[in-house]
Amino acid sequence: MSHPPGSVHQVSHSEVLVRARGLTKRFGDFTAVDGIDFDLYRGEAFGFLGPNGAGKSSTMRMIGCVSPPSGGELTILGRDPVRDGSAIRARLGVVPQEDTLDVELTVRENLLVYGRYFGLPRRVIRERTDALLDFVQLSDRARDKVDPLSGGLKRRLTIARSLINEPEILILDEPTTGLDPQARHVVWDRLFRLKQRGVTLILTTHYMDEAEQLCDRLVVMDHARFAAEGSPRELITRYCSPEVLELRFDPELHDQAADKLRDFPAERAEVLADRVLLYVTDGDAALAAVRASGLEPLTSLVRRGTLEDVFLRLTGRRLED
Amino acid sequence: MASATAARASWASPALSFRAFQCWLTVYRRIWRSSIWSSVLGPLFYLGAMGLGLGTLVDRHGTASLGGVSYLAFVAPAILASGAMNSAMGEASYPVFGSIKWNKIYIAAQASPLRPADVFRGHLMFMIMRIAMNTALVTVYMWAFGATRSAWVVLAWPAATLTGLAFAAPIAAWAMTLQTESSFAYLFRFGMMPLMLFSGTFFPLSQLPGWLRLLAYITPLWHGVDLCRMLSLGDVDVPRALIHVAYLTALSAAGIWAGARTYRRRLYV
Repeated sequence: MSHPPGSVHQVSHSEVLVRARGLTKRFGDFTAVDGIDFDLYRGEAFGFLGPNGAGKSSTMRMIGCVSPPSGGELTILGRDPVRDGSAIRARLGVVPQEDTLDVELTVRENLLVYGRYFGLPRRVIRERTDALLDFVQLSDRARDKVDPLSGGLKRRLTIARSLINEPEILILDEPTTGLDPQARHVVWDRLFRLKQRGVTLILTTHYMDEAEQLCDRLVVMDHARFAAEGSPRELITRYCSPEVLELRFDPELHDQAADKLRDFPAERAEVLADRVLLYVTDGDAALAAVRASGLEPLTSLVRRGTLEDVFLRLTGRRLED
Repeated sequence: MASATAARASWASPALSFRAFQCWLTVYRRIWRSSIWSSVLGPLFYLGAMGLGLGTLVDRHGTASLGGVSYLAFVAPAILASGAMNSAMGEASYPVFGSIKWNKIYIAAQASPLRPADVFRGHLMFMIMRIAMNTALVTVYMWAFGATRSAWVVLAWPAATLTGLAFAAPIAAWAMTLQTESSFAYLFRFGMMPLMLFSGTFFPLSQLPGWLRLLAYITPLWHGVDLCRMLSLGDVDVPRALIHVAYLTALSAAGIWAGARTYRRRLYV
């Protein structure tokens, strides 16, 4: 490869690559995306955080030019996705939620087939394949069939494949769903490097840690709309207290303790099926106060606010429910 | 630069369809061995059993109703045409459905510049190639078995391939509308079987009652069989042959038109 993916593109936060106004997607009577507005800038990593069915994947498909919007405006790379779909897709990379690798082919052949879809000459594909397999640390498996590869390796191959056309925008739909923690970290590391090289990342996730690790900016999506928008830090500051006290009680006493804690002098209390969360400024002080009131939790944990708390606050539900 | 390479490429549909076709070639290069049994040995056994085995029996009782030719010469072009139909049904059913449900070849291709119609036409090109390979082989077998009566048999090869296309295009278009693969069982049971039996394949249509004969005249396989038979026996009735070609071409064109639509509807939701 003549250069690493994306390195030719200057990072500038002024250039809008994707612009949506009132973007809507309906399937019959069901509204999957309900009039959302956003601008995505070159070089940023933008995340759609939300539970399953929130409308994230429908939005991704519209950006990927494989799903015509039902209403509103959508411009990608300055073009109309319905009319110029082929030209736009030539500049996109897509990592779908489910792997679409051809398992009967080898690792290399998968990249060859895909590169041919983009009309790349075989020589170019060969060079890029070497560099990309090196990038996702799959060089030693280049001649192996895809079928026996682990989920993590397949995901890395899918990422390599999505980069064969040196895309300006990489669209990732739940890139680490179903991977074990170690495999997830490898994927995150590679995505972070891509971002450093100036590739614009658009990703959906229902993992808050993934959003925190990778996204410069994100939207919390719920019921087809945006519930909030900002950087992970901003969202946490805006919607969550500095600290969270997690309390777990004997299941017999859970409801009773929860009732008592609802009136506790905290910013907010959230009662989950198995725990009670108290949103407070000082977790240790709050824990002392809980104990002083006569409640004795089985376990307690003081932690910082996370996007999970933001989500809970905004939607009343947990992300992975 | 990435975008420059892409910008230079053409978005013309034949070019994009050809890229999809190349994908299928790559896949075929890896799996061709598994198709040997049905492609190479299948028609050989068929010709041997029907043409020579059953043929000896038939020929002993006189072949006036076959037009005076041996049963082998009568049945061989029908095996050619119906073989094309069978290949078409095989290639246009499960592989098409699987490309959205199982190995997801279409879903992967969709994220590239290829449009649904390109994905369809590329795959159809591959189906035509597979059908043409099989029909070429059967044509050679026919010649080797001494089952042909005319050099026109050379044209039976494209005629049989066209017969295959007339099945492959509409069936692929239909396969893209299915939610489960169970409907294919009906295709093979109520489509392939009766067509094989009642399209003038193993016995002349004159043996059928009038109403059933009329029914046979509208089935595409009869047109393919009759066309191949005329060419193989060198007894070409030109107007009738042209009607067959027109019928099969129209059916292919309808399938190609429909496929572009069903693929778009299925892939661009």
